[in-house]
Amino acid sequence: MTEPAPEWEDRLTRLLFRQAVEDDPEALHRKLARLVDVLEAEEKTRARRQDITITDKNGAYRWDHELIERHIPDGASVLDLGCGSGTLLARLISTKHVRGQGIEIDSEKVLQCVANGVPAFQTNLDDGLAGFPDESFDFVVLEETVQTLHRPLTVLTEMVRVGRRGIVTFPNFGHWQVRLDLALSGRMPITRALPYEWFESPNIHPLALSDFEACIQEQGIRIVEGHVLADGSVHPLNPDDNLFAEEVMLIIERAQ
Amino acid sequence: MQDEEAAKKLFPPGALDDPTSVGLTRAKAVQLATEDSPFPLEVGESLGPVWVEYETYGTLNSAKSNVILVVHALSGDAHVAGWDIAAIETGRRWRLRKPGWWDTVVGPGKPLDPAHYFIICANVLGSCYGTTGPGSINPRTGKPYGLTFPMVTVGDWVRLQAMLLDHLGIERVLAVVGGSLGGQQVIEWMMAYPDRVEKAIVLAASAKLSAQGLAFNAVGRHTIMNDPHFNGGDFYGSPVPAQGLAAARMLAHITYLSEAAMDMKFGRRLREKAKPDFDFGIEFEVESYLAYQGQSFVERFDANSYLYITRAMDYYDAAASWGGGDLTEACSRVSADVMVVSFSSDWLYPPSQCRELAIALCRCRRPVTYIEVPSSYGHDAFLVETEVVGRLLRDFLKKDAHP
Repeated sequence: MTEPAPEWEDRLTRLLFRQAVEDDPEALHRKLARLVDVLEAEEKTRARRQDITITDKNGAYRWDHELIERHIPDGASVLDLGCGSGTLLARLISTKHVRGQGIEIDSEKVLQCVANGVPAFQTNLDDGLAGFPDESFDFVVLEETVQTLHRPLTVLTEMVRVGRRGIVTFPNFGHWQVRLDLALSGRMPITRALPYEWFESPNIHPLALSDFEACIQEQGIRIVEGHVLADGSVHPLNPDDNLFAEEVMLIIERAQ
Repeated sequence: MQDEEAAKKLFPPGALDDPTSVGLTRAKAVQLATEDSPFPLEVGESLGPVWVEYETYGTLNSAKSNVILVVHALSGDAHVAGWDIAAIETGRRWRLRKPGWWDTVVGPGKPLDPAHYFIICANVLGSCYGTTGPGSINPRTGKPYGLTFPMVTVGDWVRLQAMLLDHLGIERVLAVVGGSLGGQQVIEWMMAYPDRVEKAIVLAASAKLSAQGLAFNAVGRHTIMNDPHFNGGDFYGSPVPAQGLAAARMLAHITYLSEAAMDMKFGRRLREKAKPDFDFGIEFEVESYLAYQGQSFVERFDANSYLYITRAMDYYDAAASWGGGDLTEACSRVSADVMVVSFSSDWLYPPSQCRELAIALCRCRRPVTYIEVPSSYGHDAFLVETEVVGRLLRDFLKKDAHP
């Protein structure tokens, strides 16, 4: 990698210092040390356009599919909200024999679902899930979609009503690269996980992991378990991840 | 035989050489009820004899697992595809000009390919294309039934189709598919015979007709029954209520299109003239289109059949028949995989109403495919949007094709 300019480093340090000012110095030191590792591992620290391997809805590979597959027992029922062309459900139907149902707003993608053997219901998620009875699915999946919804909180509460558990994945707006991009360029951040220009982005409600944690508590929802994609690998959720997670996957349920 | 040879010469040039056509067809007829053993009807009466005209394409496989039952709409018939060799002898000469009504979908290499599937379509009870209807002879009087023909329902049609399958030795069908009033028969099929249907494909149809739809049908019947030649339905052998039937058809055609489709197809263009004549003749293209549709319908349809079939359409209510008024309850009977296809500009069976069926199935935890196809063709889209409908049929059926 190219050596960061001294001025650049200085600005970064100040930025991080402010972000972590409530933490003890040891924690700050730990974060900084890890950040330096991450920076060194990166080819470029601030590429405005990179390969989109983790947000490709129609591609065969997504970082969280294997993880979701591992969490879903054989024969479970799964409702996939914003199912795209049905890649995840097709996989779950064939490997886990799930009773799968997709919901998708785009008719062209519903056509692709039919081709993939996935039942899909064309509707706008923002209209709610009024047709679905309570706990009619074991899992309700909301993959890379929460940040595109007009009424994300309604959909989240509906998820834990219709499903016994919800699985939510989204790109973390609190990721250091996003912060850095905004801080240094003064323009809307563009990263691997958030690859769009502001005017073409479907992400009308970008959120950080910490935002999610704060808001679901008020909705009577709790996180059962979490996993993140950070530094190019997947690991269980840990307290620093609002800064380090590029993508998060959270399993949620009604708190009571 | 003479007629057959004549027919072959009268089909459009090259029609019989088209490799994507099923080619020449000839309908079959079977008597499924007799005077002594009549067919019981939903209204309580019974009817006999009952003949059913049907066509088939392809070959039934040994496991009898490749059957696709196609059900036709209001003015449809059993002649789904290909060229009717019997067009002259049956007096259905319009079939010399046109192949079957779903020729774009049924044929070699097409979504419903006779190389893979055994495709069956039967003309509905009360129609005028070979199956017993108000134009048939009542054996008790020796004269056509006319309005003494009993009221028939969508439920009766489907029960009669089930008897036809029994007759053919078919227990279970891979799929039932139909649009509009045909789509309502598909709904009836999946509720009345859940064990006999593997997949159900409902195109441009909902579980019941709206008040607006009832209203259109009412006006259509009104024009027929008030035609000076209607004569209480007893017009066989004398001038038929042509003006009434044509007007009914013209009105119906408006409901099959959309504002955008009409604008696209005709706009305000004048018919073969630069300036209007300032009279009440045919001035606009759209008038000419409707007049043509009305006239050609008179040539091929029985006014009494129109009354009976639109009435069956009015009465159909799947929720009332199978769920005590609750569509979700009715859908709890269904075990087929269901695909409901609506079309964005359809105002006869609008997407919002087609969607209700899909939602009710979701409530019953049935996997369901629901799609609203963007189209400006209105209700006609289910016949016109062959590319997307074909793609849906192909993909929805493909996993279980048993060649």
